[in-house]
Amino acid sequence: MNPEIWSLIGEKAALAGILIGLALGVAAYSTWAERKVAAFIQDRKGPNRAGIFGLLQPLADGGKLFFKEEIIPKHAQKFLFILGPTIAMILACMTGAVIPWSTAFEWGDKIIVPQIADVNIGFLYILGVLSLGVYGIMLGSWASNNKYSLMGGLRAASQIISYELPMGVALITILMISGTLRLDGIVQGQMDGYWNIVLQPVGFIVFLVCAFAETNRTPFDLPEAENELIGGYHSEYSSMKLGFFLFAEYVNVFISSVILSVLYFGGYDIPFVNDAKLVESLGMNTVAILHFLSLFIKAAMFIFLFMWVRWTIPRFRYDQLMDLGWKRLLPLALANMLITGFVMLLLNK
Amino acid sequence: METLTNKAKAVDRRPMNFWEKLYLISIFKGMWITLKHFFMKKATVNYPEKQRPFSPVFRGLHVLNRDEEGRENCTACGLCALACPAEAITMEAAERLPGEEHLYREEKYAAKYEINMLRCIFCGFCEEACPKDAVYLSQTIAPASYKRKNFIYTKEDLLIPMKENRE
Repeated sequence: MNPEIWSLIGEKAALAGILIGLALGVAAYSTWAERKVAAFIQDRKGPNRAGIFGLLQPLADGGKLFFKEEIIPKHAQKFLFILGPTIAMILACMTGAVIPWSTAFEWGDKIIVPQIADVNIGFLYILGVLSLGVYGIMLGSWASNNKYSLMGGLRAASQIISYELPMGVALITILMISGTLRLDGIVQGQMDGYWNIVLQPVGFIVFLVCAFAETNRTPFDLPEAENELIGGYHSEYSSMKLGFFLFAEYVNVFISSVILSVLYFGGYDIPFVNDAKLVESLGMNTVAILHFLSLFIKAAMFIFLFMWVRWTIPRFRYDQLMDLGWKRLLPLALANMLITGFVMLLLNK
Repeated sequence: METLTNKAKAVDRRPMNFWEKLYLISIFKGMWITLKHFFMKKATVNYPEKQRPFSPVFRGLHVLNRDEEGRENCTACGLCALACPAEAITMEAAERLPGEEHLYREEKYAAKYEINMLRCIFCGFCEEACPKDAVYLSQTIAPASYKRKNFIYTKEDLLIPMKENRE
């Protein structure tokens, strides 16, 4: 093969490595932030012993999980039992591949776009990988041969399938407005016009609720409900396999936050700033960093929203969950799609 | 029934209207409350560094007292052990020998005096029963330990050290 392909492979591998490192780092510090947010909302101080402000707490927690005893129950399906958390973790990291993190930057004489795969079906890729994510939970819960775990897995499967539908329908409106399935194209469209949150507030709310449900976060954390299912799908897991499940959830939260920012909040767009002028005055690389920070701050706000909601709203009952998904969100998303199409037809776009 | 206070509040059982059914307003209200708490003063006390004062009537670990000349007050009468509802106190009496007048105030003293802190309920009855002002409950709490035998406090653990009293 010619050297160009090898350099491309090297570039993409480096980007993938950076992305996974970033996602894992953010996930690790999300656990810390989660505890801090929880504590602050409950008038406590949260972890503050390990390092300044407890900033070394994720390292301590991770180290603890690694040194815990690894238990595989006697009646568990050993292969699937190990496969469960592995799939959960891999799929959590995979979603980030199509996200446009920033504008291109220069590296020597090369121009690198910080997006691992600019596929023209980025949209469908995200939907597909998100729905695959349930396999990790289902396999893990079924393989542990525990009725509570199985209940958790069942709940996870039905919940994710139910909320996939309104989520997809809500995304179709974005597709209609931007006219492309490429995530970078969607971001470019928002940079030229309005952000999608302005054009699609109802779609945003539907997507946000579905994002909470897809990541198994409160108020939709029924698959792992501590007090009714003793941990649900991960009740038989210990050591780092448990850590992988918990970690995958935080990676999912991070990636969902990024996707929310990309689809509805202009991605790496810096509001009220003309980017062409900025590139002239500051240079390509600085602007790329600024764009990345813009996206990152938006994502961080969403991560905070995830945590804020978790410590405010109690868990749904199972029938309420299904009721909300099928009888409220799906018709709402469908009506939103029809009205959007109608308005676009009227405006002759 | 006649209400005793004016604090009773009738529950609103009217069916929910459209905006209430949306739940979004209630959710925003709840999130506003939690956000306010986010910035409120925290109730936590950083324990080992900062300790809250005990109440003046707090009953903690026992102390065996000495008189002004540094002699032990306890005469091993056994009233504290008798008063103890948890039967935590054990003692053995001994007679003071000539030449030990500077150690014990009266002719009889406690050769062995043990309190089992795992049994003790810190009620303070021993303190009330003591006719010689010998046993007192202090303001410290029993420290944690890995072994049961470390909770049986002997006379040496309980007695106030000599020099402290002479000052």
